[in-house]
Amino acid sequence: MAALKDTTAIAGIGQTPFARRLPSSEKTLACQAILAALDDAGIPPSQVDAFASYTMEETDEVEIAKAIGAGDVTFFAKAGYGGGGSCATVAHLAAAIATGQATVGVAWRSRKRGSGPRPWRNTTAQLPTPAQWTRPYGLLRPVDEIAVLARRYMHEYGATRDHFCNVALACRNRAHQNPAAVMHDRPLTREAYMDARWISEPLCLFDNCLETDGALACVVVPADRARDCRHPPVYVHSAAQGLPAQHHGMVNYWNDDPLTGPSWTAARHLWKTADFGPEDVDVAQIYDAFTPLIPLSLEGYGFCGRGEGAAFTEGGALEPGGRLPLNTAGGGLSEAYVHGFNLINEGVRQLRGHSTAQVPGATTCLVTAGEGVPTSALLLRS
Amino acid sequence: MSPTPPMPSMDSTSSIMQGTTDNGLLAPWPDEDGAPFWEFAARGELRVQGCADCHRLRFPPRPCCPHCQSFGSEWRRMTGRGRIWSYAVPHPPLLPAYAELAPYNVVVVELAEAPHIRLVGNVVTASDAPLDSVDPALLRIGAPVRVAFAELAGGVTVPRWLLERP
Repeated sequence: MAALKDTTAIAGIGQTPFARRLPSSEKTLACQAILAALDDAGIPPSQVDAFASYTMEETDEVEIAKAIGAGDVTFFAKAGYGGGGSCATVAHLAAAIATGQATVGVAWRSRKRGSGPRPWRNTTAQLPTPAQWTRPYGLLRPVDEIAVLARRYMHEYGATRDHFCNVALACRNRAHQNPAAVMHDRPLTREAYMDARWISEPLCLFDNCLETDGALACVVVPADRARDCRHPPVYVHSAAQGLPAQHHGMVNYWNDDPLTGPSWTAARHLWKTADFGPEDVDVAQIYDAFTPLIPLSLEGYGFCGRGEGAAFTEGGALEPGGRLPLNTAGGGLSEAYVHGFNLINEGVRQLRGHSTAQVPGATTCLVTAGEGVPTSALLLRS
Repeated sequence: MSPTPPMPSMDSTSSIMQGTTDNGLLAPWPDEDGAPFWEFAARGELRVQGCADCHRLRFPPRPCCPHCQSFGSEWRRMTGRGRIWSYAVPHPPLLPAYAELAPYNVVVVELAEAPHIRLVGNVVTASDAPLDSVDPALLRIGAPVRVAFAELAGGVTVPRWLLERP
């Protein structure tokens, strides 16, 4: 059986500015990010022969390939479930390259969520299955769906708003160090968090990610080629997707154990093929559309036991010097919400030693896609 | 166990398929598997899909049984008693009709006879009372509730929930 482990690497990363409103189209932003990533790798666009994206992406391979001047493309894939598919793009490219289907793969994300409409407002698209069971009752938005799970989690394990605030503060503090972050100059305090308006109790404004315009991309190549590129290779050590048995997506209320989600499934596969375990992870980029996803993911990926994710956030564990520095560019909560792709690029920067909140000597990084929907994850190493 | 009545037919042009009700609240948009639930609700019956062969209940409805793969199903009547499993209290920004009622509650109720079957709904003071009729401070996880049926403005009936000890 062909092995994925360390046979491919991320050789280039690129991104546009992030803002609530950018004038360029999603297609233009995508091309800018992709060309920046290829330039970062030192690879001409004509050598690109693979593409990977994930759903809720409005640009496609045909438009992108002809715009950037890609060559003949022999692999293209699109992973499902929006923010659950971010890491799957790199996983699919790595699998294609490791099995000889392509040699230079580009994964990308371009979004105008900051200036565009919210997906939940489109009731024609949102109301059919399974929303017939939820939307009529006013469970309208992703935040409402997660608020239900968050309250149950608080009830079962004694988690508090202080724990969710620990997550929000860690991300905001890292954004404060990152000039590219939307919230770079907007400090947050625990008092401001506690006084913030509700969005869906028990979740307040600062439990929610940003809405951002912007695009990112990365380039995946064979490991031996990556060693000839401009930056040290960041190896794809392990990759996994996760759709648990009897899972129901964001409204995961209908199985025996709603508080164990896709992270648990992805994690089991991720660690099975890895040379190291959770205790060896130096820094983590964990999908943070909502703060409660962090304690759930910490449990799912094995950094602590069941029900211990909230307590894990105490004592500065997610801050520099803590047990697991988190979302070191600010994450979706405070850098940019581009469906988690910014977490991949920040993972690469950490392992190159180039983060604005660099973890000294970091050699391993976990990157995750959205918990709460069918998900994906990567273990990166330098 | 109640016997399964004849399967109701779903008229695809009925008002239930229109998406919203006259007052702007969203109406259920049934698919083929879910349609019987809503037809029974219109008769004031809370019924959940079960397997006709291994008799295990499942929710949401789906074409075949995940345990024995049988395509035969039966719609079993529930007592309508349950407990609040969790809840949220949404605040704006929301769709306009819901924003007018916010903050309101959305509960997930676990059924007394089948706790792994959970239904999303609203706790109200009476079957025809608005979504914001109960003070959210009165809600707690574990509180017993019982079903009541509300006919929405568009002629669609949905289950709502009353606190057993308001």
